[in-house]
Amino acid sequence: MTAASVGSARPAPSRSAKSVHGRSLGWLAVPALVFFVAFGVIPLIGVLLLSFTTWDGIGEVVPSGLTSWKSVLSDPGLPHAMWVTFQVAALSWLFQTPMSILLGVFLAGAQKYRAFLAVLYFIPLLLSSAAIAITFKALLDPNFGIGTGLGLPFMSQDWLGEPKLALGVVVFVVSWQFIPFHSLIYQGAVRQIPTSMYEAAQIDGAGRMRQFFSITLPQLKNTIVTSSTLMVVGSLTFFDLIYVLTAGGPGDATRVLALDMYKRGFQANLMGPASAIGVILVLVGLLLALLFRRLGGGDQTASQLEGA
Amino acid sequence: MADTPQKTTRIRSTNWIGGTLSWFWLFIVILPIYWIVITSIKSQSEYFVTNPFVPSSEPTLDAYRLVIESGFIRYFFNSVIVTVGAVIPAVLVSFMAAFAIIRSRPHWFLKSTNAVLLMGLAIPLQATIIPVYLIIIRLHLYDTLLALILPSIAFAIPLSVLVLSNFIRDVPNELFESMRLDGCSEWQTLWRLALPLTRPALVTVTIYNALLIWNGFLLPLVLTQSPNLRVLPLALWTFQGQYGINVPAILAAVLLTALPILALYVVGRRQLLSGLTAGFTK
Repeated sequence: MTAASVGSARPAPSRSAKSVHGRSLGWLAVPALVFFVAFGVIPLIGVLLLSFTTWDGIGEVVPSGLTSWKSVLSDPGLPHAMWVTFQVAALSWLFQTPMSILLGVFLAGAQKYRAFLAVLYFIPLLLSSAAIAITFKALLDPNFGIGTGLGLPFMSQDWLGEPKLALGVVVFVVSWQFIPFHSLIYQGAVRQIPTSMYEAAQIDGAGRMRQFFSITLPQLKNTIVTSSTLMVVGSLTFFDLIYVLTAGGPGDATRVLALDMYKRGFQANLMGPASAIGVILVLVGLLLALLFRRLGGGDQTASQLEGA
Repeated sequence: MADTPQKTTRIRSTNWIGGTLSWFWLFIVILPIYWIVITSIKSQSEYFVTNPFVPSSEPTLDAYRLVIESGFIRYFFNSVIVTVGAVIPAVLVSFMAAFAIIRSRPHWFLKSTNAVLLMGLAIPLQATIIPVYLIIIRLHLYDTLLALILPSIAFAIPLSVLVLSNFIRDVPNELFESMRLDGCSEWQTLWRLALPLTRPALVTVTIYNALLIWNGFLLPLVLTQSPNLRVLPLALWTFQGQYGINVPAILAAVLLTALPILALYVVGRRQLLSGLTAGFTK
């Protein structure tokens, strides 16, 4: 569900459609459509409708006009949650992107030991967010955790008890979980860059740095857009990781929008306002996806290698 | 292939920055995993007195016993039921839809289906959890495993259709034509030609969805409440709430929940990794 990349989408029928003998196979798509409408499209409309109602999650759903929106929009909790969400998205993007590019470039190399590195390296991808959050919660314990283990007193902080530190921990753990994924994407992309480009550069006397900035980075442009879309749109939905790691705390220092929605809805039983936040999440997500798409110059599957 | 002359010229100078960084990050990745393993075989009292990164002098499986006795076998099977029950239908219906989208003559119905599914890629579906909850209640499915399966299928469809249709598009048209000349119906072509030819993509999509659903937390948290219906991530979380200070037991639980996936990783690393980036790198 981090798969929020509009980027990799391209319009469907083309070559083969024309040559087919005119049979309509629409019925084959019906089961998929039924499932997706029932639990994808209807909920999407539903979240908008529910934002104009009052519902405690158990009783009847009562239409109540703009009450929920008024209460959400006048609540200082909303700008705070948006600010926290923005910080998490921006900081984790800033940390993850250069790391993932450098690691991806490195892992794309041919040496055997790099393949070995890669095996261990991708393990975080396999773990659930709940497992990762629980592990770090215990590992960052000020008394029995990492600080004691490494004998580094400055690592023995109350990591999850201080608002600023907790936010930093969230960004770090998010990165720990997702840097391998993004390096994997970059590794694949780097391997597709034709070696002839590097040879030409070498003949021209370009050094390693120069090659990286003049060939590798520009060639990775589409991948950077795709990866950034996934990072940023995905960060809107970091629910489980933060819920288990900090539950939004201390105070509400790490209460991102998704968590705010869950807490209002399922803990405070205010489904109307929670749905309003759901609508905001959907809109922000769509907006960001479109923005990144624009940045990428439309069709991202079109190869950048053409004419190389 | 690794030793072609081009490659050697390309890596002649050492990539110091990348090298240092990747060893450093490897350390960051491995340290917690190493710590999980060694701590899970410590006794609870040993945990409080020994250095966290020094392996136990008297390893014990007590933590694992506690985890197993706490019902994790049942939770494991719940996870298996939900994952298998959601992934197989999701991949099948996605495959059929992808085939229709690519192979059918142009039709408004398929065009709009495709458009709706593409839109589904751009939307954070978790944001619609409240109406999903309402629908599940109204269907009288609240607190059942089916309540987890149905939305999981729906959430898996958009990306699966995208990846599979990109793949089916690459099947040469001549193959379809020859099937038609042999008198096969589209339905037969679907299973006899498209299915075997699309197998790598099917494996990829299956793995990707299975991993996502196996590790899913929000749906079980919201849509079930009975202890005997817990799936592993949820069970892990409640276990942590119950045995807060028994860190070895918690970490044993973490390791056990990840074990099936880690085993799969050892067996089919390549396919697992390509499954993870399905649709993003092609």
